[in-house]
Amino acid sequence: MRQTIYMMAINEALTQEMERDSTVFIAGEDVGQHPAFGITLGLRAKFGPDRVVDTPISETAILGLAVGAAAAGLRPVVEIMFMDFLGVCLDQIINQMAKMRYMFGGKARLPIVVRTACGGGYRLAAQHSQSLEVLLCHIPGLKVVMPATPYDAKGLLISSIRDDNPVIFLEHKKCYTLSGEVPQEPYEVPLGVAEVRRPGSDVTIVATSYMVHEALRAADELAQRGIEAEVIDPRTVSPLDMETILTSVRKTHRAVVVHEAVKFCGIGGEIAAQIAEEAFSSLEAAPVRVGAPFCPVPFSPPLEDAYLPNAQKIVEAVLPMAPAKV
Amino acid sequence: MDIPKDDLVQMYETMVTIRRFEDGVAKLMRDGKSPGLAHLYAGQEAIAVGVCSLLTKDDYIASSHRGHGHLIAKGGDPKGMYAELLGRSPGYCHGKGGSMHIADLDLGMLGANGIVGAQGPISVGAAFAARYKGTDAVSICFFGDGATNQGAIHEAMNLAAVLKLPVIFVCENNLYGEWTRQDRHQTIRDVSERAKAYNIPGVTVDGMDVLTVREVMSEAVERARRGEGPSLIECKTYRFYDHQGLGAGSTDRPAEEIAEWKTRDPIPRFRSYLIETETLTEAQAAAIEQRVAARIEEAMTFAESAPLPTPDVLLDDVYA
Repeated sequence: MRQTIYMMAINEALTQEMERDSTVFIAGEDVGQHPAFGITLGLRAKFGPDRVVDTPISETAILGLAVGAAAAGLRPVVEIMFMDFLGVCLDQIINQMAKMRYMFGGKARLPIVVRTACGGGYRLAAQHSQSLEVLLCHIPGLKVVMPATPYDAKGLLISSIRDDNPVIFLEHKKCYTLSGEVPQEPYEVPLGVAEVRRPGSDVTIVATSYMVHEALRAADELAQRGIEAEVIDPRTVSPLDMETILTSVRKTHRAVVVHEAVKFCGIGGEIAAQIAEEAFSSLEAAPVRVGAPFCPVPFSPPLEDAYLPNAQKIVEAVLPMAPAKV
Repeated sequence: MDIPKDDLVQMYETMVTIRRFEDGVAKLMRDGKSPGLAHLYAGQEAIAVGVCSLLTKDDYIASSHRGHGHLIAKGGDPKGMYAELLGRSPGYCHGKGGSMHIADLDLGMLGANGIVGAQGPISVGAAFAARYKGTDAVSICFFGDGATNQGAIHEAMNLAAVLKLPVIFVCENNLYGEWTRQDRHQTIRDVSERAKAYNIPGVTVDGMDVLTVREVMSEAVERARRGEGPSLIECKTYRFYDHQGLGAGSTDRPAEEIAEWKTRDPIPRFRSYLIETETLTEAQAAAIEQRVAARIEEAMTFAESAPLPTPDVLLDDVYA
């Protein structure tokens, strides 16, 4: 199958959905003339400035534009350049788009996609590197999507655009240049369905976004010690496919949950709690979380490297609960 | 200005409807029947009616926490509104929204809003959609003087100006942001001055005179429909109840000030005009007032006897 990189998979999903549905438009800072990360490159030339709208640096207005346009029948896909910038515009997400349908007694439909870049690793420091997905998962009415692979980036984005609810689509910066198999034709990856990335019998590793790749590296290393890890990628953290996770844990009897966000109050806490509630009798060890320490993302390379979870930290979390067999 | 007689009469009836509706809400609150809180629009009727009398169902409005008047002026149904205020199933939002979240998308009413200023960017989005779909619909953003200190309103006006969208920003300057007098919450007197910052027309008008509001609004609407972009219209007005709740605010607003503004009550003023110009006779005006009173009475009775929601609907409509 054709290989392409994650960012081009996103570009292709946007292009194909805009070709399919004339109500889909894009708006955001520099999305037309000078796209950040190059994701929307070429779209303004193809679809014109009325459908690929450059906006002022006004995140609240960008999101409000999406809310109003969606309520009036369009299907906006708006970009917040860095996830960290949600700090200036969260009202339009948590109080407006997430709640309008419910508050209005089911009379509104808000088919909105908010695309934004998350994650560290590029030495961008505390205000351009965060993983804040759990802020959004806590809000009923939103869907939160975290694709790890180019295939999922395209299929999940197409599903997100076709979904009639507000979807926050979190693109990890370190995933942008990852290559993988991506069909040329449009396809959907359903929201709320996890993927088993690697089968295994000894321990379940649930990992989100870029951490899926670190978990797969950790699984390779564990295999050399005779431990077969099953790696599960939830793909969407809200809705969260707990069934796939629980099925795996009932088989392996051990669970490690990995995310790049700060460990305290992260999605790992929710997943571990649900494992404890639903599969306690299957467990041979307490569920363990791997996440970032409780501090802002630091700038200096050795500090950021120490901050970010990685394969080594995952291996170190697994070994005490699933001792090496070789 | 040439307004058809039927329109003038309809405008009067709508103003009276808003006033009677709000007096009815005050009564429900006084009687302890209305859960939560409500922000009453009484005193400001000339603005909602002056503006909305120029609109069709295809035009959009977005409102603030003080939104009852806007919905009535756009054609909203007092029965569904009272039922919503009382948290009843047949309410506009099936009891899930309450006073601050009533919307009627079929009427182009994008909702009242409990977050001050949040309606600004949403109005811009509706205007964007109107133009995107190739219609000449306009989008009205109603907000108070307090909201003009919110970043969302600034961002909305700037974006609307940059994209030249058909938005009319209608600032209802009732002199107080919540309980804080305007001269203590901003250093300008006329909010319309802020239009200069966006290079759009900005006008201040007497918001207690429905015909003045309508006349100025008419220019702004025509301009927007022609594709010439947004305007800011500031209407000086006054609310006859407190920020929220019932009192006349005597501890926060001087009694003389309240009394002085009540002499400018937009409803008797418009009534006198209609009678002086022989648009209405005394008897006809009285008949309208009686009809409205009966309609409001009926709506309130309907709401009070309407069923409350049962917990089985709690999780409905979180997602589409």
